[in-house]
Amino acid sequence: MRTRLTLVLAGAALLVLAVVGVHAVSELPAAGDVPHPYGARAVAAAFGHATANAVMSVTLDQRGFDTLGEELVLLAAAVGTVLLLRELAAETREKTEHGYGPEDVFEALRLVGYVLLPVTLLVGGYIVLHGHLSPGGGFQGGTVLATGLYLAYLAADYRALDRLRPPGVLDATEGLGAFAYVAIGVSGLLAGSGFLADWLPHGTLGKPLSAGTVPLLNLAVGVEVGSAFVLVVGKFLEQALLAPDDVPEEG
Amino acid sequence: MLSWLPYAVAGWIFLVGCYGLVTSRHLVHTVVCLNVVQSSTYLLLLAVGWTRGGTAPIFADIGRSRSVTDPVVQAMTLTDIVVGAAVTALLLALTVQIAKRRGTVDPRALRSFEQESEE
Repeated sequence: MRTRLTLVLAGAALLVLAVVGVHAVSELPAAGDVPHPYGARAVAAAFGHATANAVMSVTLDQRGFDTLGEELVLLAAAVGTVLLLRELAAETREKTEHGYGPEDVFEALRLVGYVLLPVTLLVGGYIVLHGHLSPGGGFQGGTVLATGLYLAYLAADYRALDRLRPPGVLDATEGLGAFAYVAIGVSGLLAGSGFLADWLPHGTLGKPLSAGTVPLLNLAVGVEVGSAFVLVVGKFLEQALLAPDDVPEEG
Repeated sequence: MLSWLPYAVAGWIFLVGCYGLVTSRHLVHTVVCLNVVQSSTYLLLLAVGWTRGGTAPIFADIGRSRSVTDPVVQAMTLTDIVVGAAVTALLLALTVQIAKRRGTVDPRALRSFEQESEE
């Protein structure tokens, strides 16, 4: 009875939303054929600072302050997740034996994991460091780096992952990444330009050393995102592996 | 037809996600449905920034005069994705907590904040 009421109410609300949505969209200019005044100015500004990747120029140069907020959201979420799951890990660790993850992995999968681990780390580093030149940047590269580390878990087990991930180091680098972002921002103040201003020499468009502070900010973001990702996924993995008896474990 | 199709698809994804949220019987499913709802905003933003015949706004290997898509909304989409990932992580951590403390992950069984023992 109650579920039916929920469904009817939700259906009515979604119907209203759909009608309003269609009305709102019908007033929007047709996609693809409109001029983009902000886009054109952002591209011109990216050329002005010799940043080949205009998206990264917007993210880390023109909207650098917004991205600082985004960084701090990520930091807060990572800290919150780790805190929420830490207490539980302590609870369950006493009760049960540790599981260490996939034991009956196919040999071929193991091999692929070992081969892909260094390649993935290399690609992640490349994506972070070339964020101002090619598609990518700190957020994307950091995620790839963290994923690479989890290949070690898939190829071997949790202990191998633990060896690659010394305790305390990632907690430190995560905070350090966020701190470096702010420090680069403050360096703009000290140089007399303004907070998060792109004050370093801009170099030539398309060269590895160009775009001023953008590659440095990308590096800071990459370190933070990678550390946060590894920490958070690690906490979830601990939950699954150190689970008490009532939760079915997956082989 | 292409001029309104992205908006229609974004609206459709939004509504499908909402339907999933309403009918969800598992909190992990609820979180995934929220992700589906959010992915409609990615599509909407990218549709707004799309330029007919435009290419990616990355000038490492194309001429400066090439028509490109709007980098501003693409940067916003990036922010959207990062914040979405952060929110997902937090919600999943809360789901783990709820599973431990309440013994259920069915949103319908979680009517009040008190500890229920009959579950």
